Amino acid sequence: MGIEVRGLTKTFGSFVALRDVSLNVASGELYALLGPSGSGKTTLLRIIAGLETADSGSVILEGEDATERNPRERRVGFVFQHYALFRHMSVFENVAFGLRVRPRSRRPEDAEIKRRVKDLLELVQLDFMADRRPSELSGGQRQRVALARALAVEPKVLLLDEPFGALDARVRQELRRWLRRLHDDIHLTSVFVTHDQEEALELADRVAVMNHGVIEQDGTPDDVVERPATPFVISFLGTVNIFHGRVEDGRGIFGPLDVEYPVHGDSQPRTAAAYTRPHEFDVSRTETGSGLWAVLENVTASGAMVRLELAGAHGGLLHAELGRDQFERLGVKPGDRLYVTPRKVRVFVE
Amino acid sequence: MSNELRTARLTEPRMVRWAITVVALAFVALFLVLPLVAVFAEAFAKGLDAYRTAIIEPDAVAALELTLLAAGVAVPLNVLFGVAAGWAIGKFQFRGRHLLLTLIDLPFAVSPVIAGLVFVLLFGRRGWLGPWMIDHGLQVVFATPGIILATIFVSFPFVAREVIPIMEAVGTEEEEAARVLGAGGLQLFFRVTLPNIKWGLLYGVILANARAMGEFGAVSVVSGHIRGLTNTLPLHVEILYNEYNAQAAFAVASLLGCLAIVTLILKAIVETRVERSARAAAHAAIEVRPWESKSAV
Amino acid sequence: MTIRAQRRVLPGFGLTMGITVLYLSLIVLIPLATLPARTMTMSWVQFRDTIMDPRVVASYRLSLGASLAAAAVNAVFGALVAWVLARYSFPGRRIVDALIDLPFALPTAVAGIVLTTLYAPTGWLGAPLANYGVSVAFTPLGVTVALIFIGLPFVVRTLQPVIEDLDPEVEEAATSLGASRAGVLLRIILPNLFPAWLTGFALAFARAVGEYGSVVFISGNMPMRTEISPLLIVTKLEQYDYAGATAIAVVMLAIAFVLLLAINGLQAWARRRVAP
Repeated sequence: MGIEVRGLTKTFGSFVALRDVSLNVASGELYALLGPSGSGKTTLLRIIAGLETADSGSVILEGEDATERNPRERRVGFVFQHYALFRHMSVFENVAFGLRVRPRSRRPEDAEIKRRVKDLLELVQLDFMADRRPSELSGGQRQRVALARALAVEPKVLLLDEPFGALDARVRQELRRWLRRLHDDIHLTSVFVTHDQEEALELADRVAVMNHGVIEQDGTPDDVVERPATPFVISFLGTVNIFHGRVEDGRGIFGPLDVEYPVHGDSQPRTAAAYTRPHEFDVSRTETGSGLWAVLENVTASGAMVRLELAGAHGGLLHAELGRDQFERLGVKPGDRLYVTPRKVRVFVE
Repeated sequence: MSNELRTARLTEPRMVRWAITVVALAFVALFLVLPLVAVFAEAFAKGLDAYRTAIIEPDAVAALELTLLAAGVAVPLNVLFGVAAGWAIGKFQFRGRHLLLTLIDLPFAVSPVIAGLVFVLLFGRRGWLGPWMIDHGLQVVFATPGIILATIFVSFPFVAREVIPIMEAVGTEEEEAARVLGAGGLQLFFRVTLPNIKWGLLYGVILANARAMGEFGAVSVVSGHIRGLTNTLPLHVEILYNEYNAQAAFAVASLLGCLAIVTLILKAIVETRVERSARAAAHAAIEVRPWESKSAV
Repeated sequence: MTIRAQRRVLPGFGLTMGITVLYLSLIVLIPLATLPARTMTMSWVQFRDTIMDPRVVASYRLSLGASLAAAAVNAVFGALVAWVLARYSFPGRRIVDALIDLPFALPTAVAGIVLTTLYAPTGWLGAPLANYGVSVAFTPLGVTVALIFIGLPFVVRTLQPVIEDLDPEVEEAATSLGASRAGVLLRIILPNLFPAWLTGFALAFARAVGEYGSVVFISGNMPMRTEISPLLIVTKLEQYDYAGATAIAVVMLAIAFVLLLAINGLQAWARRRVAP
């Protein structure tokens, strides 16, 4: 059940937005489409909603092939990035809209509509704003109205396009937590699009990382952070240090780093790169043999962590991250020489 | 951009400002105010009774009725067209959009006399459809239908030209949202689209109506000037004037002058609302389509 | 991989496009098509003789000449009016602003008779002018005056928004760099206004060339002297000379077409200069 997408391809003129994309969203799951702009995530969402038509491929909603159905028939709820509230209607009328335009046979009684809208507005904590116009609301409030409006028609599936993109940082954080709580309450299959990896990792049950129209990896937040499948995934999700080099004869040689790479057994050398995250470095004053020397250039304190910028002997800039205590125990200052050892290295062969 | 900021701006020395203002206002007074005043002055030149007589004279009343009829048919039809064109052109992308927009503007580029000419060429005794018309006893030229057609032609672009840009500026997101929520076509239009374009639509109607009621050249060619039958108000003014009955001519003209003043007032009122709503629409509808901007946020 | 036909999300495209094209064709395109059609039925000689007839040529001279003169006057004074309305405040500014559109709102016949009455030798303006030996009514000068009335809004309404949108900071920067007010005007403001100014001029010109109602009374309609081209079309029609009327109309349309192209070009140029 849930949402299934098979082999979707979409081109706009000469621009390929989606290339043979397939994915599965389990029923009741909160799923994130994460990627930079131009990755195709919004196009994918809109195709699921029926607001765009794919050139080929199919969309299956709750077990039924919805590919040929128009958005009206799909019974999806869609929350637009810029809310798309009906600006000349009150908040109440916005939320009631989906119920009012139903054909007579399915339209609820006026009293019933009132009750449902009131319940929804209470759910999004805006019942006291029912008579206001959208222009009188803040961004966060408008977003909640858009959500209530989408939920009013009891959709099978909820789709959100960059729901918090247009809001400022603090409101975004609050709404994020609020959306997660809401989802835990109503368990509606939901897909949201975002370019903010923090948001995706914090909110979603599962994440699909997209780039240039393909899904680079899809899995739990833990999967994509700890077990990135491609160089793009590891680079996109946070800062990463890249060492360029090659693999041959079961070893990976990246400048001063020399690691075991048993996967690559044959003797033909291949270009490769090694990736290490800032918090995966050991930093000390003494050499351990499996790292490299670097000169400390810059220290930035950021809450409980301290970020170090070091100029490595191999010529590149290294980003390391230590806990505050750890850093103070080292007792170093800019200009000092430090030995940096990666505890964990991921190698991707090109 | 607002006028309230003007006082804080750098500006010309006081004498220069004063001189320019006087010249500009004198120009306006000479070319605009004076003629408008003169219309009413001449209308009442022989007193109130003469005025009233000229107004209620049967031929004048017939002319008024014909003018109202022509406008009453032309404007609603052009509204229907304007809204349809606004929807098709403002909410969809297709090839030939630009050409369509240019074609809609054609009646503006054409001299009113030519506008009348083409209908004579079409329906006149020696026109394309003329003989067919005569055989079937249908009279278009030198009759009311011809006048209505010419009126429709000259007032054709006004509503469309106002509605299309607004439909474009508002964008399609609200309609898409309504569609996903289950709204049907007419529901979409009346509940979501129309409220957003209503001021622009009204503005277009005001302009179209002023043009429809005041048209002279095109209608003159098509009408045949048959008193009491195929004269609109402007044509009746011409006839009276050419008969050296200036006072009566101006009396009737003053009715049109009143129409002009009402038009200007309504125009001024609606204009501010149109600007306001168009600007609000443009602010709210920031859409980015993938094929338009590849380096979007 | 077969490309699926694209479905439009919003309904009604077919219907509204259909209405649009149908109505456009019936009301505008088919009637206008009679012109080239009728022109084809004429021989080239016939056509040439009609449009080169001395009386007709005189009418071109008058229509074009007076339109040019009127547009030029409007360019100068219209610019002043636009500046005053956009930049200065004075009592009654809003009324004057609304009044600018009078030539749009007032039926041309009314404008025609009132201008004639004003400038006739016995008129409010005509009488004092006659004392100086200037006659306006029934002369090319009168035609020009009427065309000034008609074209005024075009220059003002094209310039006004551009003046209002001028960035005050640019003027302030120039002043802080030492430019005098006149220098700012000449070097900064005028170049910015020029495309819109030219466009307004062209629009006023184009409108004036085809104008009929406001002119036909004050001109006096004396052959070879004060006949405008649209009048000649009407004259030929009254004589059932459809061909002759069409020929002159085609010439006028050609002129209008050239002007339209020029205006579109100017507007595109203006947009390019203003866009960042």
